Amino acid sequence: MKILVAIKQVPDTATQVKVGADPRLIDTAGITWIVSPYDEFAVEEALRIKEKRGQGEVVAVSLGPERVKEALRSCLAMGCDRALHLNDAAWNGADTLATARALAAVIKQEQPQLVLCGRQAIDDDMGAVTAQLAELLGWPCASWIMEEAVDAEGTTVRAARQVEGGLEVFDLPLPAVLAAQKGLNEPRYPTLKGIMGAKKKEIRDVKAADLGLGAEPSQLSVVGLEALPPRPPGRIIQGDVPTAVKELVRALREDAKAI
Amino acid sequence: MAPMDFQLTEQQELIRKEVAALARSFSLDYWLEKDRKAEYPWDWVKKFAQAGWLGMLIPEEYGGSGLGVTEATLMLHEICAAGAGTTGASPIHFYLFPPLPVMKHGAEALKRTYLPRIATGEITMSFGVTEPNAGTDTSRIQTKAELRGGRYVVNGRKVWNTNARQATHMLLLARTAPRDAAKPFAGMTLFFTEFDRSKITVREIEKLGRAAVDSNEIFIDGLEVPEADVVGQPGRGFYHLLDSLNPERIFTGIEAVGIGRAALERGVQYAKERVVFDRPIGQNQAIAHPLALAWAKLESAELMCLKAAWLFDHGKPCGAEANTAKLLAAEAGFEACDVALQTHGGYGYAKEFYVERLWREVRLYKIAPVSQQMVLNYLSEHVLGLPKSY
Ligand SMILES: Cc1cc2nc3c(=O)[nH]c(=O)nc-3n(C[C@H](O)[C@H](O)[C@H](O)COP(=O)(O)OP(=O)(O)OC[C@H]3O[C@@H](n4cnc5c(N)ncnc54)[C@H](O)[C@@H]3O)c2cc1C
Repeated sequence: MKILVAIKQVPDTATQVKVGADPRLIDTAGITWIVSPYDEFAVEEALRIKEKRGQGEVVAVSLGPERVKEALRSCLAMGCDRALHLNDAAWNGADTLATARALAAVIKQEQPQLVLCGRQAIDDDMGAVTAQLAELLGWPCASWIMEEAVDAEGTTVRAARQVEGGLEVFDLPLPAVLAAQKGLNEPRYPTLKGIMGAKKKEIRDVKAADLGLGAEPSQLSVVGLEALPPRPPGRIIQGDVPTAVKELVRALREDAKAI
Repeated sequence: MAPMDFQLTEQQELIRKEVAALARSFSLDYWLEKDRKAEYPWDWVKKFAQAGWLGMLIPEEYGGSGLGVTEATLMLHEICAAGAGTTGASPIHFYLFPPLPVMKHGAEALKRTYLPRIATGEITMSFGVTEPNAGTDTSRIQTKAELRGGRYVVNGRKVWNTNARQATHMLLLARTAPRDAAKPFAGMTLFFTEFDRSKITVREIEKLGRAAVDSNEIFIDGLEVPEADVVGQPGRGFYHLLDSLNPERIFTGIEAVGIGRAALERGVQYAKERVVFDRPIGQNQAIAHPLALAWAKLESAELMCLKAAWLFDHGKPCGAEANTAKLLAAEAGFEACDVALQTHGGYGYAKEFYVERLWREVRLYKIAPVSQQMVLNYLSEHVLGLPKSY
């Protein structure tokens, strides 16, 4: 069974992101880049499916600039068999739909039976690509999945997704798109052998023209980024309890408009 | 002419990144707890074993990865920079350094017996050179090994044996011929052998730092060692050991640098957050400059460690560089921890701010595996050509 995992490279969770000189972009100086954590669950699950079935291929795909190769290399070190890098100036500033179009095009070429993604990338938290991708492919899609089981024939997958207070279980015919939620698994750390082997595995550059796509203006355009305003200092209400409570209620109602 | 090149390879970058990720999955609280309870960090060692990191230097044909001292240096840096300190580094370090003489001088059978089990982490090693009456002057060791009917029988005492409470095996230096003043370093033999607890008594030493990883005095009483466990040639043990001392200096040097980085990271963070007299303390140059200077010294010490590692991996002499790396790194690491602690004011003294543990641990590197004074003696004599002072 061939499984394709779509991953995104994002700033490390510990990064304090700053707005860049161009206020529509973040300042990337000094950022450590990682594979988005939800995508790591997807990679891990793909590898487990392959290991359980004793055969198959796991292909990692990512769209982005040259530095994205590092993230793909990490996926190869975890155990993915090969990687595709959608690397073309035509995709600079691609929004979720343009990204989904590019991924859909490469998926049509690769024809995997299953596509796994993270439920959202932790940088812009859009969480839209999975659904857009499934729609473009005309495939069923389940997101926020906590469990999955592909049947022995590889024709359907049972997926349990997280909903308020429980799990919602679906059977989906394959091919399908699944998006991983935290808790699906515990991603492995690459072994040293895996890291050394990653060097020998292929990362193929894919251009827009290879997919029959041209430059397409994004439908979403970022107008500007704003840092959160600094938190105003707290206020301690003095006085005896009955007066303080009255003042608290007044402040919550009139100043904060919270009640 | 070969160009000067400070660029790591893509593989080295990946090693650095992935070790850092694994090391950082163990929190500072984990290490604090291990230190408080004086508990060996087995779960840490197992994670490194599972991912194959312990066999980094062991050749591929013996189940390892056959990488170099440079890669091991990068690994130890990330381990320490993650806050694991000497507590985290020592158990890993023992898989890198004691096997070196076996790899370089051991007979084929010895290598086949031990190296694959070291690579998987099945073997835990201790390293027995220092003795109560022979610290810096190794030629004075008194532990004796006598050949009797195909087996050596060992009697004596060793001190500071790290890991002896956990060890399954030991790299052991013993006298097989009396000390000859004309050739004081001849007549010692190196063994890699089982740590037979029926013949070895272990007494733990309470110490300043790294309570989780034991160091001990051991009493060896009639330990039997098969001849097959001799490393290299009998009587040439000290010389076999020498080849692995430079890597050990590089490893301990980079550990001190990494610990300094972990402390500095906390110090800088605190300097940004702590407000006194209505301004973050880091706005005062008396706070900022020592932090900046500590960073600069860590950078230069790290460069020295990597240069020494590069020389070693290219088969070039590196005695001066490895010694200098350990000298500068021990100073820089200690200074960074001390500055970070000072930056924290009173809280620097509190365990829950994590720096005090690093400060206690990093002090070790000025003493062991070789003291700063002995490094300076080495440089005076062997680099500057000054007369030997002792
Ligand atoms: C935590 C810890 C773990 C250790 N682990 C191990 C281990 O696993 N295996 C092992 O074999 N050893 C181990 N050691 C021992 C370590 O290598 C020795 O402590 C070190 O080599 C110094 O020996 P010593 O303590 O006997 O000092 P001594 O030789 O007694 O020296 C005392 C002091 O005098 C100085 N000095 C001596 N001669 C001169 C001179 N000519 N010129 C200038 N100064 C001089 C020394 O530098 C030192 O400061 C460990 C030590 C510690 C603290």
